[in-house]
Amino acid sequence: MNEENIEKGGEEKEEPQEEKINLDDNPIVKKIKERFTEDILDTYCFANRLDEITIKAKKEKIKDICRFVKEEPELDFTYLADITGVDYPDREERFDLVYHLYSVNKNQRLRLRLSTKDGEAVESVTSIWKGADWYEREAFDMLGIKFDGHPNLKRILMPDDWEGHPYRKDYPLEDQKTPKERLKAKPLGE
Amino acid sequence: MPVVETEKLILNMGPQHPATHGVLRVILDLRGETILNAEPMIGYLHRGIEKIAESRTYTQFLPYTDRLDYVAAPAWNLAYCEAIEKLMGIEVPERAKYIRTIIAEIARISSHLIAIGTHALDIGAMTVFIYCFRERELTLDLFEHATGSRMLTNFCRIGGVMADLSDQFLKIAREFVEIFPTRMKDYEDLLTQNRIWLKRTKNIAVISAEEGLNLSLNGPNIRGSGVKWDVRKAEPYAAYDKMEFDIPIGQNGDIYDRYLVRLEEMRQSNRIVKQALNQLPDGEIKAKVPRVIRPPKGEVYFRVEAPKGEAGFYIESDGSDKPYRLKIRTPSFANLESIPTMVDGHLVADVVAAIGSIDIVLGEIDR
Amino acid sequence: MGIIQSRFESNIITTTVDKLVDWSRRSSLWPLTFGLACCAIEMMCAGASRFDFDRFGVIFRATPRQSDVMIVAGTVTHKMADVMKKLYDQMPEPKWVVAMGACAISGGPFNSYSVLQGADAVIPVDIYIPGCPPRPEALMHGIILLQEKIDKEKFVRK
Repeated sequence: MNEENIEKGGEEKEEPQEEKINLDDNPIVKKIKERFTEDILDTYCFANRLDEITIKAKKEKIKDICRFVKEEPELDFTYLADITGVDYPDREERFDLVYHLYSVNKNQRLRLRLSTKDGEAVESVTSIWKGADWYEREAFDMLGIKFDGHPNLKRILMPDDWEGHPYRKDYPLEDQKTPKERLKAKPLGE
Repeated sequence: MPVVETEKLILNMGPQHPATHGVLRVILDLRGETILNAEPMIGYLHRGIEKIAESRTYTQFLPYTDRLDYVAAPAWNLAYCEAIEKLMGIEVPERAKYIRTIIAEIARISSHLIAIGTHALDIGAMTVFIYCFRERELTLDLFEHATGSRMLTNFCRIGGVMADLSDQFLKIAREFVEIFPTRMKDYEDLLTQNRIWLKRTKNIAVISAEEGLNLSLNGPNIRGSGVKWDVRKAEPYAAYDKMEFDIPIGQNGDIYDRYLVRLEEMRQSNRIVKQALNQLPDGEIKAKVPRVIRPPKGEVYFRVEAPKGEAGFYIESDGSDKPYRLKIRTPSFANLESIPTMVDGHLVADVVAAIGSIDIVLGEIDR
Repeated sequence: MGIIQSRFESNIITTTVDKLVDWSRRSSLWPLTFGLACCAIEMMCAGASRFDFDRFGVIFRATPRQSDVMIVAGTVTHKMADVMKKLYDQMPEPKWVVAMGACAISGGPFNSYSVLQGADAVIPVDIYIPGCPPRPEALMHGIILLQEKIDKEKFVRK
């Protein structure tokens, strides 16, 4: 058993690619593509699983797309699960923002991605889902992505006077701030 | 008659406070005792777990998942392992699924006991705290028999579970599911029809279903407002598709309804554990997994119903043995955002009751 | 009290007075509730039904002005370190500090940009209790060791 397992994990085998299903027949993707044909850059889903549908969109249209998927009665994505920022330092458009959406009534998930450059701002979606408030503050605090139209954009997890954005790939992980000379406890009674 | 002029007072419920379930700071704008605005400030327990994940292998990161929601650690182990199994396409054996379900439901009972106990302690009912911890010690004994540790269990492995359940554990677990409903009668007698409890919790901190969904409220909190949504029924994982259980929902969306929802959820969890113990199949407890976990390139988002709400792991893998980006979607982060809406116009004492009712844990908010 | 503190030589009277003072101090240690993370839950279990803390005279107080000992239970971050120092300064003498758990001793498993690697970088610590988290019995053993340490203190003797 051991030899087989080590062999499988050791080398990077080329897995035979499964047939990728055509997402254009999927009702959700079809509806979004109908409305925003030239703003959708890519659609795919991981391992052909229908709960991992991902739509890559242009940054300028994100607010319109979000409003559409929330208010359209057949899509009804009323629940914002998460907003994540990812850092790709080698690319020109350095940051990716990932929005995870869920429809409670239809039990369907969707993921939206967009890319932005360092220093450029993204439109905030807090007017569509109020819960996006703290997620966008976290993306600003940890990665430095600015949001236009956010009611209260300031640091949330790090102290207010902290410098730097910790989740960037060039930020050091180890602790830099603990004072090296520690106070020694004086033994009581001496 | 001279007119009395009042000014706004800013009060700080500091990071060290007996009733804020951890290091949470709330800044209250008051006029007299009425709240104009409540602003929670977090970050006092931010440990950088997501950045640590980028320099640990997938197997090495497993103990860190306990320390997120330290009150119900097995549920988070389960979420992480299932996310990686989804990424790699590993099929978990049946016996392991049932064992995971049993331990996760006992964790749910344990977490709700702390929620009700500390909530009652904050409002002033100290006896309930002592009773809840008496039952919690029984669940911690069960964890110790199954995993070796009381709280931070580190129980699931990628592909299965750490060890099989011993006969001693099965005997004690069967006793536990018999006596637990009788013990629950104690809490009901003390709280459910108590006049002081009703006065302090009914129609306080009300939030409607639509507002709650807009604020990303989840778990027992949104169920208390009437939304029938449970990830265990909507998108089943582990052995939940074979279990029979109900989802309790509330009507008004106030603190009393959230308390009733948690109480009923404990009963349903007890029912699930009983069924799982009776249906436990034989077989392997771990699938064949490569020694070095190297998932294919891609991204997944996997969610479970943790005791506090929807717990999700978003893993982006670049083909190596360490994750490229690991985002942890914690329920309490979203739940805490709804506090300003809930306590608007209420009194200072209601802030304490409201924070206790949404059941937050700062370890998972700050990560 | 300062006028008789550390003034006298050791004889039968001063040792008895010291024994009385030490006994009264160690039999009613009132800790400040400073639970930060996972160790706080084990501290709560130590104070609850099965492992009762009240039989040692330990009652948890929420305000630093009325407490003797600060049990630092959990990870101390840089954002919280200023608060911790302020609370320590607000406690009146005599005061002691117990560092509970791996994170309070030396940062624990979290060697990251935001975690203080040990509470004793900011405040002086008397007792270290290892574990992640330490069992309630271990916390009780730590408190008993603190009580034995207090028993050896000299109050009126030089």
